Amino acid sequence: MDKTKLKQQALFMRTSLFDEGFLDEQFIQLEELQDDVNPNFVEEIVTLFYTDSVRLIYNIERALMSNPPNFTKLDDYMHQFKGSCSSIGAKKVKKECTRFSEYCATENFEGCFRTFQQINLEYSTLKKKLVTYFQVTTLILEKDKMKLRRLVEML
Amino acid sequence: MAAPSSSNWVMESPHVPHVLAVDDNLIDRKLVEKLLRNSSCKVTTAENGPRALELLGLTSGGQNTMNGRSKVNLVITDYCMPGMTGYELLKKIKESSVMKEVPVVIMSSENIPTRINKCLEEGAQMFIQKPLKQSDVKKLTCQLMNCEI
Repeated sequence: MDKTKLKQQALFMRTSLFDEGFLDEQFIQLEELQDDVNPNFVEEIVTLFYTDSVRLIYNIERALMSNPPNFTKLDDYMHQFKGSCSSIGAKKVKKECTRFSEYCATENFEGCFRTFQQINLEYSTLKKKLVTYFQVTTLILEKDKMKLRRLVEML
Repeated sequence: MAAPSSSNWVMESPHVPHVLAVDDNLIDRKLVEKLLRNSSCKVTTAENGPRALELLGLTSGGQNTMNGRSKVNLVITDYCMPGMTGYELLKKIKESSVMKEVPVVIMSSENIPTRINKCLEEGAQMFIQKPLKQSDVKKLTCQLMNCEI
């Protein structure tokens, strides 16, 4: 696909992610940290988030299975997960995490359980959108690299 | 290069502060590391209080693993960590004769005034709300460099 179209696509995707509330300004902080030293910083951090949070989610899932539920433990695990969500700007996921913590505080197991389903949904939805977005941005970067290489070869 | 004096806070070079960043969260460690590097700092990270104390040479019988050549000019630590909290780490640093002058900054995702006051009373330089922004870190490193120069 032609680079202009790719750039338009990337811009559209990025704008939607913000407009639809999937991401907040923390994501922009990540983008601002991307530079020549770390040209893939955003994708790297997001990938790290998704791999690291697997165990955090697993911990919460396991804790939800204990009888009686240990709300302190649930809240602790959620606090860790929420911190990570916050650091990458995962707005909708973070919102559900806050809701989960509120249910922990009132020891509402049903609320925790339902909210956890919602967290998983938002988490997966965001992942799919970001993977697609990074595919496009990576393609743009690749095209730039190829162009530069061709220019250098011409010299 | 400045010669070591009786003070521990002479930097290797006046322009490169060495910061020890402590956080149990991997994402936050990566972030704070990048933020600090972007502010021209040398960064060492630790994932918990005990490891941080080890790196600072404050464990019993421990040597300063940085061998006196790369002293830490600033410690930035998360408050909520399993085992030793950032507050407890702060206390241990302030209680030591060797490291008590090191500025310690506490980070937290929660804005709890009693928590903030407790840390400031114990000698924390600053309390920063997470998630950290580039502007927070720039402010911090500017302050640090101004003190040192």
